[in-house]
Amino acid sequence: MLTDARLVAAKDLRIEMRSKVTVSQVVPFAGLVLVMFGFALDANRPTLDLATSGLFWVTVLFVAVMAVQRSTAIETTDGARRALLLAGVEPSAVFMGKAAAVAVQLLAVELVLIGGIIVLYDASIEEPLLLVATCVTATAGIAAAGTLLGALVAGVRARETVLPILLLPVLAPVLLGATRAFDDALGAVAVNGWSWLAMLVGFTVINVAFGVTAYGVLLEET
Amino acid sequence: MIRLDAVVALLGRFPALAGVDLDIADGEIVLIQGPNGAGKSTLLRLCAGLLRLESGSATVLGSDLSTSRAAVRRRVGLLGHDTALYDELSVVENLEFWAAASRVDRSSVLPALARLGVAPRLHDVAVSKLSAGQRRRVALAGVVVRRPELWLLDEPHAGLDQAGRDLVDDLVVEAARAGATVLMASHELDRTVDLATRTVVIAGGMVVADRLGSVHSEAGEGCAD
Repeated sequence: MLTDARLVAAKDLRIEMRSKVTVSQVVPFAGLVLVMFGFALDANRPTLDLATSGLFWVTVLFVAVMAVQRSTAIETTDGARRALLLAGVEPSAVFMGKAAAVAVQLLAVELVLIGGIIVLYDASIEEPLLLVATCVTATAGIAAAGTLLGALVAGVRARETVLPILLLPVLAPVLLGATRAFDDALGAVAVNGWSWLAMLVGFTVINVAFGVTAYGVLLEET
Repeated sequence: MIRLDAVVALLGRFPALAGVDLDIADGEIVLIQGPNGAGKSTLLRLCAGLLRLESGSATVLGSDLSTSRAAVRRRVGLLGHDTALYDELSVVENLEFWAAASRVDRSSVLPALARLGVAPRLHDVAVSKLSAGQRRRVALAGVVVRRPELWLLDEPHAGLDQAGRDLVDDLVVEAARAGATVLMASHELDRTVDLATRTVVIAGGMVVADRLGSVHSEAGEGCAD
């Protein structure tokens, strides 16, 4: 399964590198969202300091919707989903590969966004290990849930609008947990970020397990 | 090789196949004819193991489609209306991906492209830059790479120039000589009737005529209308 997952992930990442969608569209979009939030809240500096973590993760969720839509479109545009079934690739490997590719893209965007909140919002990182662990865990959960829901709406005509409606509520626990853990990592609010990280681990494990189990059914039916 | 008995298959709620009975032996070249919406493409997809049986029974390549569709899929080559090629990847990258995904040696990619007349200068070109005909040839090369036991070709001549159409005909004959079975849905009767060893006519999701030999040479040969 890991060989097939690597194959699918490498293919998706290669397509993204060629299309340059992440670099030329997604990163500028994420940067703009961060700047707009900055404009909206800069007049009230304490509010911006308190909201930095939440703004960061809301931006990540917007980016995740775009990344998942793109990942889904790769397989639906010219019948590649059907060809994956014919090739005999394990659906769980397709799921793992596509989720991994989405996660890599999100992590790259998050790296830029962390630079953005340091420069634009004057944030400081007090617990780098917690920050990195939160990014990795939350991103894995987002990618897993997104890839699964992307497959669910793949056969829907208006999937571009349906996906965010389904995905954002599902990702609400990530927004909550990752924001709290980031609050601790950035020293913005006195909370136990590690306990929120544990909640994120649970969310991620559940979504990965559910994705590995259910993706095959969705691949067949949509 | 293929045995369908009262097969019903749905597309959504619509019965695209409404009780198909069909027996096809190894090495046959079967032309599937019928008007638009008759169920030709659905029949090919069913035989590829991509559709669920609603009722009836179906055995393809010795596997029961109601229980072993995955086993069938690995052994068929399907050329549908879509080409299943990734626009951003090059011709060779596409076929190498599908070869690796299908557990086929990647070294068979270049010979397959040569067989389909895809010029070496196009090998590293992104698929999005190809013409529809070139794209179709690359997709056919992808079928050749898999060396399937059952070829399912939906309008295989569509979008191809004269040389490409001749290549398709040669491939079909070669595949059948090698023992593979070929099912071809086509409206290009002038070309395909001479290739076919049998012609099956579908209308309304049912087989309405089943003739041994092509429709041009039906006189004196078996007929099971």
